[in-house]
Amino acid sequence: MRLTNIVQLGIKELWGLIRDPMMLALIIYAFTISIYTASKAMPETLNRAVIAVVDEDQSPISSRIITAFNPPYFSIPKLITQSEMDRRMDAGLDTFALDIPPNFQRDLLANKSPTIQINVDATRMSQAFTGSGYVQSIVTSEINEFLKHYRAASTVPIELAQRARFNPTLNKSWFSAINNVINSITMLSIVLTGAALIREREHGTTEHLLVMPVTPFEIMASKIWSMGFVVLIASAFSLVFVVKGWLAVPIQGSLALFLFGATLHLFATTCMGIFLATMAGTMPQFGLLLMLVLLPLQALSGSMTPRESMPEIIQNIMLAAPNTHFVMLAQSILFRGAGLDVVWPQLLALIVIGSVLFFLSLRRFRQFLR
Amino acid sequence: MSDLQPKDHPLALTPVVRLDTVGLSYGKTRALGSITLNMPAGCMVGLIGPDGVGKSSLLSLIAGARAIQQGRITVLGGDIADASHRAMACPRIAYMPQGLGKNLYPTLSVFENVDFFGRLFGQDRQERERRIGELLQSTGLAPFADRPAGKLSGGMKQKLGLCCALIHDPDLLILDEPTTGVDPLSRRQFWELIDRIRYDRLGMSVIVATAYMEEAARFDWLVAMDSGKVLATGTPTDLLEQTGALNLDAAFIGLLPEKERADYREVVIPPRSFEHDEEIAIEAEHLTVRFGDFTAVDDVSFRISRGEIFGFLGSNGCGKSTTMKALTGLLSTSQGNARLFGHQVDPNDMTVRRRVGYMSQAFSLYSELTVRQNLDLHARLFSIPLDAIPARTQEMAQRFDLAAVMDSLPDALPLGIRQRLSLAVAMIHSPDILILDEPTSGVDPVARDGFWQILSDLSRKDHVTIFVSTHFMNEAERCDRISLMHAGKVLISDTPAAITQKRSAKTLEDAFVAYLLDASGQKEKSSPTTTPVPLSSAAAADTQNKVDRRTTANRLFNFRRMFAYTQREALELRRDPIRATLATLGSVILLFVLGYGITMDVENLSFAALDRDNSTISRDYILQIAGSRYFTEKAPITDYADLDQRMRSGELSLAIEIPPGFARDVSHGRNVQIGAWIDGAMPSRAETISGYVQAMHANWLTQKARELYGSAATSGSFQIQLRYRYNPNVKSLVAMVPAVIPLLLLMIPTMLAVLSVVREKELGSIINFYTTPVTRLEFLIGKQIPYVVLAMLNFLLLVIFAIFIFHVPFTGSFMTLTGAAFLYVVAATGMGLVISAFITSQIAAIFGTALLTMIPAMQYSGLIDPVSSLQGVGAFIGKIYPTTYFVTIARGTFSKGLEFSDLAGSFVPLFIAIPVLLGLGVVLLKKQAN
Repeated sequence: MRLTNIVQLGIKELWGLIRDPMMLALIIYAFTISIYTASKAMPETLNRAVIAVVDEDQSPISSRIITAFNPPYFSIPKLITQSEMDRRMDAGLDTFALDIPPNFQRDLLANKSPTIQINVDATRMSQAFTGSGYVQSIVTSEINEFLKHYRAASTVPIELAQRARFNPTLNKSWFSAINNVINSITMLSIVLTGAALIREREHGTTEHLLVMPVTPFEIMASKIWSMGFVVLIASAFSLVFVVKGWLAVPIQGSLALFLFGATLHLFATTCMGIFLATMAGTMPQFGLLLMLVLLPLQALSGSMTPRESMPEIIQNIMLAAPNTHFVMLAQSILFRGAGLDVVWPQLLALIVIGSVLFFLSLRRFRQFLR
Repeated sequence: MSDLQPKDHPLALTPVVRLDTVGLSYGKTRALGSITLNMPAGCMVGLIGPDGVGKSSLLSLIAGARAIQQGRITVLGGDIADASHRAMACPRIAYMPQGLGKNLYPTLSVFENVDFFGRLFGQDRQERERRIGELLQSTGLAPFADRPAGKLSGGMKQKLGLCCALIHDPDLLILDEPTTGVDPLSRRQFWELIDRIRYDRLGMSVIVATAYMEEAARFDWLVAMDSGKVLATGTPTDLLEQTGALNLDAAFIGLLPEKERADYREVVIPPRSFEHDEEIAIEAEHLTVRFGDFTAVDDVSFRISRGEIFGFLGSNGCGKSTTMKALTGLLSTSQGNARLFGHQVDPNDMTVRRRVGYMSQAFSLYSELTVRQNLDLHARLFSIPLDAIPARTQEMAQRFDLAAVMDSLPDALPLGIRQRLSLAVAMIHSPDILILDEPTSGVDPVARDGFWQILSDLSRKDHVTIFVSTHFMNEAERCDRISLMHAGKVLISDTPAAITQKRSAKTLEDAFVAYLLDASGQKEKSSPTTTPVPLSSAAAADTQNKVDRRTTANRLFNFRRMFAYTQREALELRRDPIRATLATLGSVILLFVLGYGITMDVENLSFAALDRDNSTISRDYILQIAGSRYFTEKAPITDYADLDQRMRSGELSLAIEIPPGFARDVSHGRNVQIGAWIDGAMPSRAETISGYVQAMHANWLTQKARELYGSAATSGSFQIQLRYRYNPNVKSLVAMVPAVIPLLLLMIPTMLAVLSVVREKELGSIINFYTTPVTRLEFLIGKQIPYVVLAMLNFLLLVIFAIFIFHVPFTGSFMTLTGAAFLYVVAATGMGLVISAFITSQIAAIFGTALLTMIPAMQYSGLIDPVSSLQGVGAFIGKIYPTTYFVTIARGTFSKGLEFSDLAGSFVPLFIAIPVLLGLGVVLLKKQAN
């Protein structure tokens, strides 16, 4: 193994990238505009959830409840009739429909324990859960406020003071920004190494390499460092200028530690790219394989939905994916300001996964060159 | 210039091509400088000249494959820059680009390749089959009709390319170096074929660029070019007279400007001195290489001593390249031995690699590096001392005349110069052995002589052993010894003179052809060229056909041409079953993984309490949280530092702090505060936690109130009934599957559609789209159809799996869903075609598609956050993105039991998207290269 060979071949890879202006444009887009747009698109917490109310009571309390739903959390409630409700929910116009029964106020004051019905469109998973909680608590507190005038000390004076740490306003755009940086890192590193390898084969240049005094290890190492380097630079730029600067997301922890983690992650994903390329014979096959791998990596790593809510078996399988650990690490460092003492298990996991992938793909790569 | 035009030449009645001050530049490089020229009709026009003088550029301009930058070109009586004339003239022109089979489709068979071209020219089945039969018969390709084009030898590829060009009876045939890299026997057959075609089709004009001067000597009229300018025109005899030379090679050199001519010297190879004979540099002993049951190299033995120039001759595909690869260790031998300097060839032995320079047949250097960078990189890889590299690079540049192109990219250079670069690279580390596989294919005569001078010097002065294969007989004559190879076997090895003598032939070429004919069991005159069905047999029918065809060909939209692309794309897909399997089975796996894995129902959240009161009532509060199915209790928190550390590490999602004196204050009815710390790093999860905590808190309060104040507290009680509609058990599969199907039906078809176009661009077959009558709309729709069909199959598979395997209830109208799916996949593939217009490399295509489909589909299309809640650009994208509407339709038909009438509104955007995307695709696609 000679270090200069690895360096030289890596520089060659970088030149190849520079000579593909469209690819450069896409990389820049992926780490700037794409992240900005995605982040700005995210609703801040529950945003403008569409709610409709069937008011069959027409009492002071029902109007009190109706006026309690306000933007930005909810849209101004639409007053509809019972018969309209089903149709509107079918068409997906409303996410929530509140049905206040006739004589609600009378029954309430008469201690008859009336029932308010909340209809939730459960196909809209994200709003369904958080939103129904909000709707319940708004309704409850409005009714309680209303009842205060009618009864004496009947509630226990215990307040619940909730504080969200690390992101006090639960601003989803922060999360989305970081999350998209992570996704771009994974996507780009796999594509760059994998597709570059297939291109070499399609253009017949791998054969050429084999008559020169370079080993498969050197070829692979050169691809890993050069493409990893590109992605690392792009992600550091993106974090500092786009996420921290343009989007003004407060980054808590050490950027250097994060980039160290990103380097380890890149080591694993670039190896994965080479592995996939050796499996695929042609570029179209690689494109499909990429989709097959990338989608689960992104959707199930805990960056889109919480890991805790996934089935046990998927959680365990995903522990073998570098993304899972990188997402944990990124959240800990960037949001919670965690240090090395906290994230070392993730770093260790990335090293182990990366090394396993490296040896697997080196073995496949040797066969691939035969 | 006008005196060069053949005004009074008998052949030049009306010119077929008129060039008027035509110029062309690639960036800063000037390829053609103001050329004015008339080419006579009805004869064979030859373009001769060194590499890189603009022959290929000129031909591609005439064929209409490249947009004209400067000047005017009249072809077949009309301006070729005019799109409507191009559409009219196109069916009368045939263009065969440079490079072995560059415009062929490697996975398609010989028959299918020609058939595809026939369809592009709008021929019906009967006509096509008749024509293909004749063409394959007369080119001798008939026995190989079912062989994939990629597995043909170089000569056969060229013949196939010619068949494809001739399928539509062109009036103007443009051939760019058609015999480069073709063995002498095939070359002979090729020109006999052209002669016969011309005999049958009087009046056909042929324009040929060639590097073989002996071929050019047989043409009717020649254009000699140098550095983008015309040196001379006229019949071969004119040119000989003009220069007073004996042959065309010499005549051409005579035509060159004084400065360039000064560098030229006749190649003289001094005889070998025999002092090194003892040492054997290359040795093959009963070498056999098999691929499956095909024996490529069969029991080949030879010895090459140090300093010898050993030539390797043979027909295309006879095993020369395979033998050379076995000697370099690129291929492992099935039997026998290969030795270099007495050592067994070992692919892992780096020291041997340093002593060998190898140049493969295809250009295999880095097209992304400039000439200088290529040389520099290889110098470094061969560990030439750093300070010696600039001098060495300079030396190689000088030797191979690359100095002027040092900063160009190889792709911008003509074949001949690229070959010289490959050679320079193979020799940069001064190897002891040079293994060169057809190093001079496509190189012009002057450069070839220069190159042989270098080989001579290396062999005689530096005692480098040279093992070279070639198709040029004058090169073979320069070798010390040559071997003739055929069908994997060596026919004879000897000195060139001895071989000629043995056959008592006039020339080496005759001897060579005689050996080959013997070996292949043919007689000189019974080669496939003499048993053909005369092409004119159907000439009468042709005339009739031609009229019909040309009128139909001009129509704006022709279904046959469109289906040509559909059928070809479908065939390629069928030949690549892995691609189709990945697309279908892969998506089912994804459906399962994503549908199962994405869920919003958060459970098993970790929480711990910092209980600073430690009373019955505080423990009761904590217990009711721990008892719920949502939370799992961890070890109690000891102090603030512990709380901080454990939240920072992500171990705790929720921390509850109960203040000291909590129980006392509650019993006294004083206000107290319980603190709940929620990890906000993941906002959606934090919101859910917050909801849970609030609900539990309220619950607990009501309970406590009842205990403390008795029934008074129950006054004003009410109930909230929560109904989760469409998915009462709130199962994630039920909610997610209808949303994941649109995701998969977008990404996979789009990726395939993008690559189908970009692949043609990258590999070169896009040229067929430029030079045939197929319109942009036909091209796009034709390519789209197979992927739409594949996507629909995929859709059915996904729905079947969703309903029967994952048991997702389907409640609505299946027809509605299927109709929407169809519109949606048409839009998805259409989007792919639009993306492909911007992209030229497959890497960028893959990354770009992933970027432009995955993010909008997963984040802006209502998969997780409803589109109505989005903001800014994202909301805008969500509103115009087709996935949004298909998600609505899929959820409506799967979960909500809806019919078409309920969902008609969501169909409208899909209907609009299709013509918009197709229109954009047509506008953005270019019918000519820039």
